[in-house]
Amino acid sequence: MSDTKRIWVLIEQEEGKAHPVSWELLGAAQRLAAELPGAVVEGVLLGDGVEGIAAEAYRYGATKVYLIDDPVLNVYRNAPYAYGIANLVKKYMPEIFLVGATTLGRDLASAIATRVATGLTADCTELAIDPDKHILAATRPTFGGNLMATILCKTQRPQMATVRPRVLPSPTPAETGAGELVREPLGMTEADVAVKLLKVIPTDSGEQVDIEYADVIVAGGRGLGAPEGFKLLEELAELLGGVVGASRAVVDAGWINVSRQIGQTGKTVRPKLFIAAGISGAIQHRVGITGSDFILAINSDPNAPIFSVADYGIVGDLYEVLPELINQIKAQRAGHGAAEVAHA
Amino acid sequence: MHAIVAIKQVPDTSNVRINPETGTLIREGVPAIINPYDAHAVELAVRLKRQFGGKVTVITMGPPKASEALVECAEQGADRGILISDRKFSAADTLATSYVLARTIEALMAEGPVDLLLFGKQAIDGDTAQVGPGVATRLGLPLISYAVGVESFDPIARTGVVHRRTERGIEVLQTTLPALLTVEKEIAAIERAPLADVIRAAQYTPEVWSASEPVAFDVAKIGIKGSPTIVGKAYTPPPKKAGAAVKVAEKGVASTVTEALAKVRAAGVVKI
Repeated sequence: MSDTKRIWVLIEQEEGKAHPVSWELLGAAQRLAAELPGAVVEGVLLGDGVEGIAAEAYRYGATKVYLIDDPVLNVYRNAPYAYGIANLVKKYMPEIFLVGATTLGRDLASAIATRVATGLTADCTELAIDPDKHILAATRPTFGGNLMATILCKTQRPQMATVRPRVLPSPTPAETGAGELVREPLGMTEADVAVKLLKVIPTDSGEQVDIEYADVIVAGGRGLGAPEGFKLLEELAELLGGVVGASRAVVDAGWINVSRQIGQTGKTVRPKLFIAAGISGAIQHRVGITGSDFILAINSDPNAPIFSVADYGIVGDLYEVLPELINQIKAQRAGHGAAEVAHA
Repeated sequence: MHAIVAIKQVPDTSNVRINPETGTLIREGVPAIINPYDAHAVELAVRLKRQFGGKVTVITMGPPKASEALVECAEQGADRGILISDRKFSAADTLATSYVLARTIEALMAEGPVDLLLFGKQAIDGDTAQVGPGVATRLGLPLISYAVGVESFDPIARTGVVHRRTERGIEVLQTTLPALLTVEKEIAAIERAPLADVIRAAQYTPEVWSASEPVAFDVAKIGIKGSPTIVGKAYTPPPKKAGAAVKVAEKGVASTVTEALAKVRAAGVVKI
């Protein structure tokens, strides 16, 4: 038996473009490998004409990429992807297998784990090697973020985990990288696949926001009082080169598209600046924003839980505060503002 | 048309509180509810039944108390409820849970044809979204997760067209039937149940299946034995140290904002 312990990362791609969570996971895999003697970091890549992505994976630290390249894999569908990867797992028996907790990754990872009858921990926020047992300790929020649980998979292999985009930092890629490409066949034809993609209705271009990877987010909650309040947030976000986000309450109320939702059931974000306006900050929301570098909270209720995670809080009416914020930033940009004085 | 819906009774996590002294969940007084996504799955099944005729069966694995959730589903219009309940099932992770539900569904499929299997996209207590895909995989059935709409459904031709939400947009997928869908809330808005269903539900007692009857589950695949994952430890997330909060009422809006901007600039995170 070989002592090599393979730590696998799914290199998720759609339309030939790798999802950045793949690189975040390669970064995590390298940190795990440092704690696990004999460990190697390898990528798994499936698609149709996607070989070029392997070179990117090497730059992010994969020493080897297992590739299944087949026309059946042109668009993501659960059955052929899960079938192909489960066969790879059975053949190479990785010790650990990390997958992004994206729509695609969650759908796929549970099917793989079921096919190979192993344990899968969803939506982890922290990965470590247990120093005594030398196994993966995967920590995740549960009960709506009220409790953290560290999950172990004692005997079955691989130990699988999904991790949400932006929970882990993005590593800096090496300028060049080389690795070994291992090609494997899919062993399935289009006739074997029951689900056919007829078309994709793209999200409205106005709603196509990459909120998870935004540097500045101006987010609104119920305190806005009405959907029109988002206009003010848009103005501020535009001024800062950022995007507008939202709490679950206002998404559920239909004030804004679900693509903007931040929190346990929405997206995890880690912007440089997060401005929360009229968001009370239930635990389910807070777990999605704690990776932000700086949180500025504005709320009229001094007891709002959002203040417990804010780096700076303003207790006041957001309809008073935000216009003033916009004015002062504009004045500063114009080169003669009160803000400049305060800064000096 | 026969649709089977798998549901879970969950604590209403929006009401869960932590005991600050012990760091444990306070479960007392927290209402048990039907997992919200599952209630929408039941609604879709009932709508399809009204349109095409047929029946809706709801299954759940859980403690005896979970029987209440099945009665609620009967109020919503489900015809049959099955509680799969046994101490031997306890401490099941998603792999063991998908095994029990898949074997149960197989037993129901042996009784007669099934067209559709419906699950909520995830349960709000565990938030794993793993059980539905696991069951589809075990049964070898087409899976469409995160379904937001049924464009067409034809139990005669045994095909359906379903809309699924992904990061890039809405995928329009055609599938053969039976298929398994995990659903988002917009799959079907919950309407007030007809009085006849409410009256019928008041008299309705769900069936209870054990680990041995009428299906003999493999004891190595259920409960803690059948679960590859265990909880190593559980703890409440450490609170972040909060920064200062200033009141507009005390300092006036202009100087409050000036001060806040100075703080953001001092942190050096963005040019503002």
